Amino acid sequence: MDKSLDWREYVITRAIKASGYSAIVFVALIFFFLLREGLPALSEVPLAGLFSQRWYPIENYFGILPLITGSLIVTVGAMLIAIPFGIGTAVFIAEIAPRWTREILKPLVELLGGLPSVVLGFLGILVLAPFLRVFLNLPTGLTALAGSLLLGGIAVPTIVSIAEDALDAVPQSYREGAWAIGATRWQTIWRVTLPAARSGVLTAVMLGLGRAIGETMAVMMVTGNAPVLATRWNSLFMPARTMTATIAAEMGEVANASTHYHVLFFIGLVLFLISLAVNVTASAVVFRQKKRAERVLS
Amino acid sequence: MNRLLTQRLGFSLLTLVALFTVIPILAVFAYIIAKGAPAISWEFLSSFPHDGMRAGGILPAIVGTFYLTLGTAVFSVPLGVAAAIYLAEYAKENWLTRLIRIAIINLAGIPSVVYGLFGLGLFVFFLRFGTSLLSASLTLSIMTLPVIISAAEEALRAVPQAFRTVSISLGGTRWQTIRRIVLPQALPGIITGVILGLERAAGETAPILFTGAAFFLPRLPHSPLDATMALPYHLFVISTQVPEMPIQIQYGTALVLITFVLGLNLIATVIRSRARARRQW
Repeated sequence: MDKSLDWREYVITRAIKASGYSAIVFVALIFFFLLREGLPALSEVPLAGLFSQRWYPIENYFGILPLITGSLIVTVGAMLIAIPFGIGTAVFIAEIAPRWTREILKPLVELLGGLPSVVLGFLGILVLAPFLRVFLNLPTGLTALAGSLLLGGIAVPTIVSIAEDALDAVPQSYREGAWAIGATRWQTIWRVTLPAARSGVLTAVMLGLGRAIGETMAVMMVTGNAPVLATRWNSLFMPARTMTATIAAEMGEVANASTHYHVLFFIGLVLFLISLAVNVTASAVVFRQKKRAERVLS
Repeated sequence: MNRLLTQRLGFSLLTLVALFTVIPILAVFAYIIAKGAPAISWEFLSSFPHDGMRAGGILPAIVGTFYLTLGTAVFSVPLGVAAAIYLAEYAKENWLTRLIRIAIINLAGIPSVVYGLFGLGLFVFFLRFGTSLLSASLTLSIMTLPVIISAAEEALRAVPQAFRTVSISLGGTRWQTIRRIVLPQALPGIITGVILGLERAAGETAPILFTGAAFFLPRLPHSPLDATMALPYHLFVISTQVPEMPIQIQYGTALVLITFVLGLNLIATVIRSRARARRQW
């Protein structure tokens, strides 16, 4: 073999190996920059101020509690919608629907997953919020509930796609065994198939949750953006504001390296750590059942 | 036959749940198409907005999204495919590889607005690229990377081991085998993954909010260091920031955006099913 080819192969192999590590490098870089820009917030705002109830940056009130409760209430509302509808639809597609329905339904649900969230937010403003205002007789339809409904819609495709894969991966012999001893198809679903697929279904829920917490545009457009501490359940029917929406709405107007700037990065750091926790938990399960990486990510 | 009654009720309930999931999806698409179609004209697609964006077209937003998608591809495709080659062809199953996989899953899960913060910190300020097409494309590239890596790796792994064995036994080096045998076979799968990744990038708003998106520009971007308008950000702007915005333009913009995004999706689907039909193994 001639020398130049040898040398080229060496360089290419090196480059490929370096690219292989890029994912680790980027996660580390993201973490580093969030720390670098976010940690100064801790020295500029006293901890008691940071975890107080008032978010009013113009007068130097940087209490992130209302933003955390805002994210929490919108996300919990979203999951209350997305879990039953997501898993229900997954069970329907995997266990009940005839083959041709299945071939149509799954791509259709995944198509919703590809819809830009800004489009859903746009429809939220024009269609959903006015409807909620009239239907529930509220002063404004731009509420945490509107955010929950949209976020539910955004989390559903993730849950359906991954949960359906998990159900589909349950060996047919499990079902046949249950039928043979006289179980109905319904009993088989609840007592055999779903329990057998539970780790995959759990992953689906975790990743749906991850999408819901991290979603920005749709939530920002329909929740009314009022940083009010959510303490009771009827906060769901009032305007709210999430952590993601706060960053998106305020970062554009903030002076570089000001306290406000640092606090917004600090919120980003909190979001990063939440997503890290959610994904590490989910991936602990994914590693046991491979093959689904493509669906998990799309 | 109580159990059968339960089953019938249960099945009806699940059918209903599935309908409640699917009908809104169809309704969303049908509604945007019905409301947006009247706004679409050659002038709408090919002219600049005027009168404070309340009239005219959306050309700069369309061109901007096209540039951003292209810019994202330039960075994320070579890096993503190379990383996939590493994982599929070189990596051993050890702790480092596991760490890489965990990192990829985490990259996929990081909220898009956090990517925006990262892009602001690294590209806009630290590397001094400013609010530009370049900063926004780089930010979107990193966000797209996990999708491309996972899809490309899956495509590479699907190529039967025998292909590699034969090539090596004929005296091919490892890279020659990958370059001439494995990559061509995996290409349709890789392209599908790349398009699905870019589709996501094209529809994103939060990562470009502070890294490269502009409210309004009187001209198209001339260099990678110019800021740019973009379809998703433009839809956000005209539906929340501009008072008395004509509703037709808003729906028209939404329709163009979903056509762009779903068009990419359709291309990916066609490539995938064609490649499946023609596959040699």
